[in-house]
Amino acid sequence: MQQGFNFINRCLFDLDDYSAEEIMYILEAAKGMKEINLREYKKIPTLRGKTVCTLFVENSTRTRMSFELAANRLSADVVSFQESISAIQKGESLQDTVYTLNAMGIDLYVIRHSSPGSPQLVHKYSKKPVINAGDGRHAHPTQALLDIFSIWEKMGSLQGLKITIVGDILNSRVVRSNLIGMKKLGAQVTVCGPRTLMPGQMEEVYGCKVEYDLKTALKDADCVMGLRMQLERQTEGLFPSLEEYTKHYVLSKDTIKWAKKDALIMHPGPMNRGVEILPEIADSSQSIITEQVANGVAVRMALLFLILGGKA
Amino acid sequence: MKKLIKNGTVYYQGAFSPKDILIEDDKVAAIKDRIDEPADEVYEAQGKYVFPGFVDLHCHLRDPGQTYKEDIVTGTKAAAKGGFTTICAMPNTEPVVDNIASVEYLERRAKDLGFCKVRVIGAITKHLEGKEISEMATMQEGGIVAVSDDGHCVQNAKLMLNCMKYAGNFGLPVIIHAEDYNLAGKGQIHSGKIATQLGLSTIPPLAEEVIIARDIMLAENTKCRLHIAHVSSAYALELIRQAKDKGLPVTCEVTPHHLTLNEEACVKFDTNTKCKPPLRSEKDRLALLEALKSGLIDCIATDHAPHADYEKELEFDRAPFGINGFEAAFASLFTLLVDKGYLTLERLIDALTAAPAKVLGLKAGVIEEGLPADLTVADLKETITLTAENMLSKSKNTPWLNIPLKGKIVTTFCDGKITWQAETQNG
Repeated sequence: MQQGFNFINRCLFDLDDYSAEEIMYILEAAKGMKEINLREYKKIPTLRGKTVCTLFVENSTRTRMSFELAANRLSADVVSFQESISAIQKGESLQDTVYTLNAMGIDLYVIRHSSPGSPQLVHKYSKKPVINAGDGRHAHPTQALLDIFSIWEKMGSLQGLKITIVGDILNSRVVRSNLIGMKKLGAQVTVCGPRTLMPGQMEEVYGCKVEYDLKTALKDADCVMGLRMQLERQTEGLFPSLEEYTKHYVLSKDTIKWAKKDALIMHPGPMNRGVEILPEIADSSQSIITEQVANGVAVRMALLFLILGGKA
Repeated sequence: MKKLIKNGTVYYQGAFSPKDILIEDDKVAAIKDRIDEPADEVYEAQGKYVFPGFVDLHCHLRDPGQTYKEDIVTGTKAAAKGGFTTICAMPNTEPVVDNIASVEYLERRAKDLGFCKVRVIGAITKHLEGKEISEMATMQEGGIVAVSDDGHCVQNAKLMLNCMKYAGNFGLPVIIHAEDYNLAGKGQIHSGKIATQLGLSTIPPLAEEVIIARDIMLAENTKCRLHIAHVSSAYALELIRQAKDKGLPVTCEVTPHHLTLNEEACVKFDTNTKCKPPLRSEKDRLALLEALKSGLIDCIATDHAPHADYEKELEFDRAPFGINGFEAAFASLFTLLVDKGYLTLERLIDALTAAPAKVLGLKAGVIEEGLPADLTVADLKETITLTAENMLSKSKNTPWLNIPLKGKIVTTFCDGKITWQAETQNG
């Protein structure tokens, strides 16, 4: 492979598995894939004969569709395993599930699971490359890659950018993976949210800034990402009401003024309009939220292509 | 039957010196610088250390009810291999040891089949449910040495007050597993940087500390003997220090894993590092080590908690809590603490023998003429490597699997009988 990079049969558990140069290489590859997605006939034969399994022990429609589209467009065969209709519901262990699937000749697993570390287990049992499509609150590296791709595409580089991520940091795997990746590419990241939704020792672990005040957090931001605020955190006693949360942390016309003019507005979806972000911002010209989704397919195509050794 | 142990370096009256030990039947008949009288068997201990048999205040034998994890035979064999001659079994079996019949069953099984002496700990509350006081006094007639709801924690302070009053009435020590269920929640690991990094939910030190603070206050109020199991945090030690300074009847123990590992051990999602309380920060670990040295922590207890492979071979947050303790205890402590110069061998041995015996008033843990011949012989220059094949415990859930450790228990004598004899080149 060019420039001495070798992605073949590697896993993607999180972005710390890849160097800054390797991440850049993936982004370049994704750019090429994005072009394919704009064609009338969105399919290339490069992974013909390879079988990808989307093993979704936790339900997620959009991420699974994104991966399956990516695999289909590269002509891989895709089989889908879903929690709600699967043997895991009947008490089968992940180990036995993977042994069973492996016997059917899977070449690559894409796993979504509520338990942190489960992609590592799938690799341990299958000895096949595994892409983490979200493991609990731990990591969601393909989301981070598509976020980084989206910023890179607009800004040319992440070096020196100030990126502010606002919301439920505690429960966000998206934040954790983004913090690793964005820092590798030279961005300064600030995370912001109420203290009850902020994990401990963030500065020490990620080298990011932590702010509890939205105005301070948004100051000079080149890029602002909102996170989904879930109502169940209220019943968990982490904050009193969505209304009070919104009052302090919503991304709106008024609050976004604190960031740089024309700062990029992002959100990993699904959005709670009116809670963490107002439509006036989500649908504004600064927003790249729907482009993120399109880029997700391209980034996942690039990863599948590189890991399964597709021929250009 | 006379056995003579020649030329060992013996831990005797708080110090190491070259001694010969004469065993007559099940007792130590003589201990002198040199014994030349004829014996039926001579055990050559040149170059080896002879300790009092180790005493463990805290283990789970899983018998009855969970014998797929461990049973009396495999559990006591593993204990003997680890150098233990007296172990105290926690009552969280199926059924729970909360009645005299269960106590007698265990006592009898251990006597008939055991490779070490098993002392029984009864439940504080019936079925460990934290609702009604168990029949402690009746169980005491059956031989229990303490009560504990280990693995569980009585959440209701009023009930705990009554349990401690009642236990105190019969002179039974109460051993607590300190865990506030609301603060611990569905937590998996310590609330430190590894939890932040891995996105695992947390068991903060507070979960343990608020219960320790509460139960120290209850001990002061009731005068009941309180023993705090597996202390893990620096602030918990501060609370215990205050209690001891006041002269309250409070003691505590620490596990080998909390002394030798910290939260970093969990970073690869190894479920064999998952335990309660969780492995904490390096700062906490160092505080535990200091407290062990100073005597603030009274003793070491393994919290031997076997779980079957298929139970641990799961996603981290679905696997059970617990570490298999007997076979790695001495070697891990010797290798990481004594051999590296952080702890004296004397204190380590004391904390594994006389100190735990003193906590529960057990007649064990010292080598003396006329006392049972419970002896552990170790070769501190030899290494062991525990493997799934050579472990005697039914379960293999130790973070030390396949890791070479220095300090091999070569022979264990319990009541004068050899209960463990290492083959050369064996783990």
